[in-house]
Amino acid sequence: MTEERPYTLIAELTYRCPLRCVYCSNPTDFAAHKDALSTEDWKRVLTEADELGVMQLNLTGGEPLLRNDLEEIVAHAAGLGLYTNLITSGLPLVRERLVALRDAGIDSVQLSIQDVEKESSERIAGRESFAHKLDVAAWVQELGIPLTVNTVLHRENIGHVPGIVELAERFGAERLELANAQYLAWALLNRDRLLPTRAALEEARRHALSARERLKGRMEVLFVLPDYYSDRPKACMSGWGKRYIVVSPDGLALPCHLAHTLPGLPRESVRTRALAAIWDDSPLFQAFRGDEWMPEPCASCERKAVDFGGCRCQAFHLTGNAAATDPACALSADHGVVERARALAERLVPAERLATKGGDARAPRTEGDSGLRYRDPPRRSELGGDAER
Amino acid sequence: MSKGRGGSRLITLDARPTLSPKARLRVDKKTGQKVLLYPEKGLLLNATGARILELCDGERTVAGIVEVLVSEHTAGAPDTISSEVTAFLQRLFDTGLVRTGPS
Repeated sequence: MTEERPYTLIAELTYRCPLRCVYCSNPTDFAAHKDALSTEDWKRVLTEADELGVMQLNLTGGEPLLRNDLEEIVAHAAGLGLYTNLITSGLPLVRERLVALRDAGIDSVQLSIQDVEKESSERIAGRESFAHKLDVAAWVQELGIPLTVNTVLHRENIGHVPGIVELAERFGAERLELANAQYLAWALLNRDRLLPTRAALEEARRHALSARERLKGRMEVLFVLPDYYSDRPKACMSGWGKRYIVVSPDGLALPCHLAHTLPGLPRESVRTRALAAIWDDSPLFQAFRGDEWMPEPCASCERKAVDFGGCRCQAFHLTGNAAATDPACALSADHGVVERARALAERLVPAERLATKGGDARAPRTEGDSGLRYRDPPRRSELGGDAER
Repeated sequence: MSKGRGGSRLITLDARPTLSPKARLRVDKKTGQKVLLYPEKGLLLNATGARILELCDGERTVAGIVEVLVSEHTAGAPDTISSEVTAFLQRLFDTGLVRTGPS
């Protein structure tokens, strides 16, 4: 039985998405995780989360709008008093449906904007989408729904921060989240093409901080550093099993978005067990809770109560050991992985980096002109032959 | 420009604060404590903080809020209460959780 309590439920309603962003945070085998929860299942999960003390609900995906029962799920959340954030690409959305979602009780909309203009945005998103996003932003503003603009930063757009700020201001956004890509899942596959240089990052940060000061009281400007440049790991999920529960489209209850990519951890499904039982004492949520699992140098580190040892998924995907010190930490024996990625970022010059043909938004599926790997259903062979089942 | 956005950046005694549309006050069912929710975050409030925000109706001035608190026997001298209320609202104003109507 834990003394921790969750404050936020991240409901990944589906991994399906019309966009194919090269830094998508869904697992690379997302197509193997089908939507398995019914409307009633999701409503029960929300009720159980509320009973555990959750007050924030993130409806995300994939693209949550692809679920036809989104309005019903939102209405249930509103009935419980949850603060409901709809995190969306804006595709597919028509004004009428946004009205319905507002009336059902959405508290805020977070709209992803890939970049300041059509061509570069669509190169990252892997499909035509920019004009529609502008329409969605206008509807959100017109309907009086608090808007957050979410932009993932990487070397292709990190020089555009002033323009992104300007766009968010034009949308009347309450909040702008400039978050550097987290180099896991699809972003890890594309890391060498996406990681910015330190100089570019510093410049972007200066622009963001000056915008924050200028817009104080009007628009909140958040700037999330990439942990590859911070020398100390991020407090991933505010600690394992401490504040957050993620529920995946196939009904797994997880301490973070990618915990199901860690081998050797037991699975917990909300279809077979109550959320409270999973939270309180499941081996999965206990695995890296607190600090008893920590190796050195974490175990004797003063910062262990600040960063909780960093990100378990990053530790696993960079070192093969989920219980290792996060390599983002300069004190990690594996920090060289991060240093080498940074050194590579310095060596690549723009012309070599992206040789995409001008104006071609129809990005190659994989390893094409741009060298970027787009999010697509993995081929059958990658899934052991049952991708279509 | 929408109401209260981009006006004065300093909370003065004659400002008329109101909660911004993205902020919602509710009770934490687990503790009974009041909490101010906004996108992806929450701010736990003590009794005085919660009372101040309940009084932010866009009509009452900061001075009016202080008067109510004094009349409700909030601990502290009126001058202290006044500066604490102003500082509290300034912090929330700076993070966009509170706005001010026309003075």
